[in-house]
Amino acid sequence: MAEKVRLDKKERMQVAWRSTFLQGSWNYERMQNGGFCYAMIPAIKALYKNKEDQVAALKRHLEFFNTHPYMASPIIGVTLALEEDRAHGSNVDDQTINGVKVGMMGPLAGVGDPVFWFTLRPMLGALGASLAMSGNVLGPIIFFLAWNIIRWAFMWYTQEFGYKAGMKITDDLSGGLLQKVTKGASILGMFVLGSLVERWVTINFKPVVSTVQLQDGAFIDWDALIQDKYGIREALIQQGQGLSLTPEKVTTLQDNLNSLIPGLVPLLLTLFCMWLLKKNVSPIVIIIGLFIVGILGHLIGLL
Amino acid sequence: MSIFTIIMIILIAFLAGMGGILDEFQFHQPLVACTLIGMVSGQLEAGVILGGSLQMIALGWANIGAAVAPDAALASVASAIILVQSGMGVEGIGSSIAVAIPLAVAGLFLTMLARTLAVPMVHMMDKAAENAEFGKIQLWQVLAICMQGLRIAIPAAALLFIPAEIVQNFLQSMPAWLTDGMSIGGGMVVAVGYAMVINMMATREVWPFFAIGFCIAAISELTLMAIGAIGVAFALIYLQLYDRGAAANAGGVGNGNSGDPLGDILDDYE
Repeated sequence: MAEKVRLDKKERMQVAWRSTFLQGSWNYERMQNGGFCYAMIPAIKALYKNKEDQVAALKRHLEFFNTHPYMASPIIGVTLALEEDRAHGSNVDDQTINGVKVGMMGPLAGVGDPVFWFTLRPMLGALGASLAMSGNVLGPIIFFLAWNIIRWAFMWYTQEFGYKAGMKITDDLSGGLLQKVTKGASILGMFVLGSLVERWVTINFKPVVSTVQLQDGAFIDWDALIQDKYGIREALIQQGQGLSLTPEKVTTLQDNLNSLIPGLVPLLLTLFCMWLLKKNVSPIVIIIGLFIVGILGHLIGLL
Repeated sequence: MSIFTIIMIILIAFLAGMGGILDEFQFHQPLVACTLIGMVSGQLEAGVILGGSLQMIALGWANIGAAVAPDAALASVASAIILVQSGMGVEGIGSSIAVAIPLAVAGLFLTMLARTLAVPMVHMMDKAAENAEFGKIQLWQVLAICMQGLRIAIPAAALLFIPAEIVQNFLQSMPAWLTDGMSIGGGMVVAVGYAMVINMMATREVWPFFAIGFCIAAISELTLMAIGAIGVAFALIYLQLYDRGAAANAGGVGNGNSGDPLGDILDDYE
């Protein structure tokens, strides 16, 4: 036990790269265990030279593991530090290593889901999609590059942070910082979701509520216009002055609802979906149901 | 469609399948997968617009807890293939999305199948670990990822070998009331994804921010970037005030009623 093996940067980089494939063998039995073991292999090879230690290490990391795929990085970092200690002959047993892994995976998954899946991806996705819907190739490019740069930077730096902080990381993370990040992300997420509901959930009610005959002078009197370009110009000027194009003012149900709050119906629909989900209705059933409502509503002239 | 295009599309489908399980590079997101398939088949614009439209529907799709979301990878790949096969360009987007949604649901069963098949694979890893056979463990990990790639690549290949005319006739034979109704439904389905996300995040503390975002979005001059910036500002302001309230409370006289009304209100929310 004379020489002290340390993991150099290249080996840590290899582990980080492999952790990209963490979920590759995701299975119903032990979930991310195969991926975790796969990621640890470069470190195990470097730290343990005799076969018995290697077998023990491999088995140790084939135990049950499951967390948010990016949040696994700080856990891997801590695990690397622990394995290093163990290889140096200090008193780190299997229980300690597994305990740290299992102890960290729950709370960290609780942070990763709101930050990555519920804030960052909907935001970048909506940004990219709104560009893409007008045929702009920048939409997908921005989404792809921004996501992967953020992801890779996060995974590498948190793994390094975990490695350097060793055991202390759990104390750090259980403190205020982690809570702050989660809270900030949910504020931002809810804010953006509010605007997404207004902008992108679309329902248009077709039925006409009222048709009001307008007074003379409140609409453009087409017969009085000259039939040439000057007539067209005059019509446009009059329209610009706020005159109606038709002698009647048609108000649809949608206009009425919009004058209350723009986007009221999309909001109600979203709240209704939330309620259904809480009642354990499968999202797939709701999706299919909404398509059926769309088709039927269109057929009877409501939508 | 040339052999090269076919091979490229199957390759993209393979990447999307891997992306669907790894959730790292995001090749399975409609924005990326549809654009790539549009690009290799020379219909970039249609692919990009399809990707954008489908992405809006799939924004909140994430497998969390008991709620299983439809499979974005199969939906993106299948709808993009159908779109490029039909040759209808931008006009065919509505109908290809209509076909994609049921496929996304069907994709769930393939996902469950693949995740079950991975169980014997990790058992092989256990065996390899007994003898410290690093290479074998790595091999099984790679094979498991490839299986996930095939989960999408095989259905994609099957779709590609259906002759273009059949796809075209099928899409054109869909009556207008059906496609119009489907696109109306598509406008509403977006709400399901948002509802899933809101359910995960909502607490009494953050609901007001939802309301502000909802009202501000009605100002159509604001781009999404601007809305995002306002949101970040709100989050920072809130966190700072929260800290201040907590600090004032800690130093104040008596517990709770520190003479800092804001801090008290914030504390009461907890």
